[in-house]
This record gives sequence, C-alpha cells and structure tokens, in this order.
Amino acid sequence: MSVPAIALAGLRKSFGPVEAVAGIDLEIADGEFFSMLGPSGSGKTTVLRMIAGFERPTAGTVALSGRDVTELAPYERDVNTVFQDYALFPHLSVLENVEYGLKVRKVPRKERRARAEEALESVRLPGFGGRKPSAMSGGQRQRVALARALVNRPKVLLLDEPLGALDLKLREQMQVELKQIQRDVGITFVFVTHDQDEALTMSDRVAVFDAGRIAQVGTPEEVYEHPATPFVAGFVGTSNLLSGSAAHQILGREGTFSVRPEKIALAEEGAPGTVAEVIYAGPVTRYLVDLDAGARMVVMEQNRRTGKSHRGERVRLTWQAEHVIEIGANHAS
Amino acid sequence: MDNDQGLGRRRWQLAALLSAPMLWLGVAYLGALAVLLVSAFWTVNGFTGEVVREFSLQNFRTIVTEEVYRNVTLRSLGVAVAVTAICVVLALPMAFYMAKVASPRTRHWLVIAILTPLWASYLVKAYAWRVLLANDGPLDSLIGTPGYGLFAVVIVLSYLWLPYMILPIYAGLERLPDSLLEASADLGARGGRTFRGVVLPILVPSIFAGSIFTFSLSLGDYITVQIVGGKSQLIGNLVYANVGAANNLPFAAAIACVPVLIMVVYLTAVRRSGALEEL
Repeated sequence: MSVPAIALAGLRKSFGPVEAVAGIDLEIADGEFFSMLGPSGSGKTTVLRMIAGFERPTAGTVALSGRDVTELAPYERDVNTVFQDYALFPHLSVLENVEYGLKVRKVPRKERRARAEEALESVRLPGFGGRKPSAMSGGQRQRVALARALVNRPKVLLLDEPLGALDLKLREQMQVELKQIQRDVGITFVFVTHDQDEALTMSDRVAVFDAGRIAQVGTPEEVYEHPATPFVAGFVGTSNLLSGSAAHQILGREGTFSVRPEKIALAEEGAPGTVAEVIYAGPVTRYLVDLDAGARMVVMEQNRRTGKSHRGERVRLTWQAEHVIEIGANHAS
Repeated sequence: MDNDQGLGRRRWQLAALLSAPMLWLGVAYLGALAVLLVSAFWTVNGFTGEVVREFSLQNFRTIVTEEVYRNVTLRSLGVAVAVTAICVVLALPMAFYMAKVASPRTRHWLVIAILTPLWASYLVKAYAWRVLLANDGPLDSLIGTPGYGLFAVVIVLSYLWLPYMILPIYAGLERLPDSLLEASADLGARGGRTFRGVVLPILVPSIFAGSIFTFSLSLGDYITVQIVGGKSQLIGNLVYANVGAANNLPFAAAIACVPVLIMVVYLTAVRRSGALEEL
C-alpha cells in the first residue's frame, strides 16, 4: 500500500474528565470516500476536528501523506473542511467566500476569479457569485461551502455532517452529487455522519464509532453483513440478535447471531412465534414477532402478497442458513 | 359590522396603550429639543439681560464667524474622535478575550467587572482621576503625570466610556459563530488575517454602535473637563458658562445645537452601516 492520505496512531482526546476519543488507529487511503459513522458523542466529530487541527490530541499522532502534522495549526495543513453549519462568511458574497482561501494564499486575482467560478460551476451554482449567503437556501449554502473547500484543491476534504440540516429529498440528491464530485476530483473525502444509510450508500469504507473507539472498519457490505460487535449490528441497520438459549434452541449453536429483517420470511414452517406489531411503511411492512424461544425479531416484507398477518397471529419465521451472521466471527482475532 | 366594531375597539386599545410613551417621547424628548431649537434664534438684551423673543440669526452668526467657537468645536470633535479611537483599540481585545477565549466562569466575572464601574458615580470616578493625575500624585511618583489638560481629558473620558464600547462589541462577538473563525483558519488564514478579514468586518456595526455612545458622551461632556481639563474648554463648558455666568440662554441653546448637528450628521452616516440595528 502506498503512503496513506491520513494515518492516525494512538489518537486520544479528553475534555476534562471526559474521554471523547479513547485510542484510535486508522489509515485512510488516497482517493478514498471514507465515512465515520456513529451516534452523537461517539467521538467521530472530535477525530475529524483533530485531523483538521481545531483540536489538539491529548495523545497520539495525526499524519497527512506521511507527514506528522500533530503540532501544526489548521492553516498549515493541506486539508479543508465543510462545516456542519456551513460557516459561510456573512459579510462576503458567494464568490468572495469561495475565493477566500485563494486570496489568503495570494493567488493572483485573475486566476482566483477563474478558479472560484469554475468551482461554483462544479457544484452547479454558476452565476450565483454575486449573491450574499443569506440570500440562498440551505442546499445552495451547502454547495457554496463545498466549493469554498474544493477550490483550494486540498489533499483531503473533511465533511462534518454536511447534509444534516437538509430535508430528506435534498439530502438524497446531495448524497449522489457528493459521490460524483468526489469521483471527479479524486481527492480523499472523510465524511462524518450519524446516518447509517448515508454512510452505506456513499462510502468506499466505513468506520463505526462506539464510545470513543472504532468498533469496526470495513466496506459498507462487510460492516452490514458481518458486524463485528452487537453494537455495530444494532447501529448499522436493524439487527435481530439471537443469543444464549434462543440461539441454542433455534440455531442449535452457541454464541451471538444476527439475521437482518429483510432476510427473514413469514412461512409455513420455521421458528414459531406471535406477531406483536404490524407497521405498514409504504413499499414494505415490518412485523415485530416474539419468538417462543424468547427473542423479538423484526421482519421486513415487501408488500407483494395480498394477504397480511395481523397482530396476535401465530406465524413461523424462516431464513437461509447463510444469512445467519455470527457476530464477531470474522474478527475473532 | 361586527367585525368593524371589533377593529375599532382594538384601535382604541392600541391608542390607549401607546398614548403614555408617545406623550413622553413628544413632550420630554421632542418638546425639549424644539424649545432648544426655537430659543436658539432669540437674543438677550445687552442692557437689561432680558430674553428678546424675536427671530434672529445673530447667535449662529457669532458662532460661525468668531474663531474661538470654531476652535472649541474642532477641539471637542478631536477629543470625541480620540476617545472613541482609544476605546475601540482597548475594547476589541478585551471583548474578544471575554467572548472567545475565557471560560464561561471567567467570562461571567469579566462581564461583572465591566459593568460594576457603571454603578459608581461619575463624579467620584472623575475626582479619583484628578487625584491620580495630580502633581506629586500616585501617577507622578510612578511614571510621571501628564498633568491637567486636554490629554488628561481624553484619558479620563476613555476610561469613563470604555464599558459602552466593550459591551456592544462583546455582544457582536458572542453572536459570531466559532465555526467562522475555524473556517478562516481552515482556509489558510493566520490569526491576524482572520481578524482583519472576518472578525473586524462583521464587528463594524457593533463598533459603530459603541462609538455612538463614546462619541456623543464625549462631545457633550463638561464636568470631566472642569475637573481634569486645566484651562482647556470644550463645547459643554461654553454652554454651561452661557447658562450660568453669562446668563445668555439663547446663546447657550445655539451652541448646544452644534453637537446636536454633529451627532445628526454622524448618525446619518452610521445608519448606512446598519449599526442602528445593533442597539
């Protein structure tokens, strides 16, 4: 492997008695779309801020392209950030906002203009340069923030929940666009989010954060199909955990196992149980089923069949053996 | 019909609610200003000392033509500008430390420390400085005193009005999100550059808001000048002298119109910066 774009080693950060980041070792490759996924307070944003240089680690090092930058100020690092609140300068026009980084670096005026307008075009905001940020919608501001960061051609772009403030439709649209832009410019994206869908759809690799540590790193598929811990299984998608006696009775094995809701079918035979709740959700219906063996399973069924099971009905659940995930099995070491 | 009645009643209620403040504004503020303006065009009979209530431009002619009044006006303007500039220079780092560096606990105490002097009597503070600045006073034995005079006036007025500059700047900085400072650093700007490029431009309205206080309070002051100003006189002293010793109220009113006029010009200029929304 070539020199990683970002290498974190033994990274820790405490705020007073609270340890927000409790030892992170991570390498992110050049040109990767890397997501840091986790609930709020899991330390993902703090890690991002340490890469950007806004927080100084309590211990450990941050290296960018092999160069130790732990002690360097944000303005000495070749990274740019898209902030959660966009942090556009309210007194400057959109074009001046985008130009800011180039102006600071004393890029000649003519080139500056050209690059800023090009950047605005790449985020599909041509001709908006004269406006003030306050005269733009949330989605447009988000793109301006993106253009302002990209125009500097950083080696790494850090994105701190940039889609959090957008409504669902716009968010889905921006997910696709972000991915496209990342492919076009070919730089490393580090994307912080608490939204598992977002992380799974966009990323090459995902790191799942739990209480200041990384619970698992892998491709979206690995993380979803082979969660390393019950936490990962629960946070990335809905997990149906079978452990202890339930695992023993139903699977005949010892350990902790998970079956994804969409992999389970209501059938004539299989593990018996009672429907506890029916949740209709447009394209799919979710059933909560209490198994007799003592576990609650979520079953997701596409709304194709005409008949429907009701609350209190006795049902049987089946799934294919290959869809049973043994938690931690692939990461036994 | 029913609706009309309801509307009429609501109008009455609104009128009743607003009548007291409107009366106050009309009589106390605008009324007093109107009296000032009208009486500025009267004169005083030189022999009897009685006010002659006839329209005359005599007072204003005197103010414009006689050199002493022009000098005093320019001197007062200079003092007000100097005091405002000193307050801005002192207030910016103090307010920045309070709003962006200090811990919430320290910030709390600093705000109290800024506000407490405002509770002390103006006279007491001015006299305290008279003692400080005296020959053989505490300052003299330490670093030497400039003595009483214009310079002392500028120092004492800067001290007196500094809180009025710190507070609006502090409020402006509190509203400035930290992420803007981080974004600037992220885009390659060092501290000084961020200050000039982001903080200062965003604070301009706050600085103007503070300057309205420091400028107008300095322009109208005459007590500090009497206490530490030595022989120098400002506009306020002329007004005071004409009200008291000279017993020429119309002329005092005419002189008082000068700072009012200056403030109107200043406020009109400031209004264009959006600073009035900061008050």
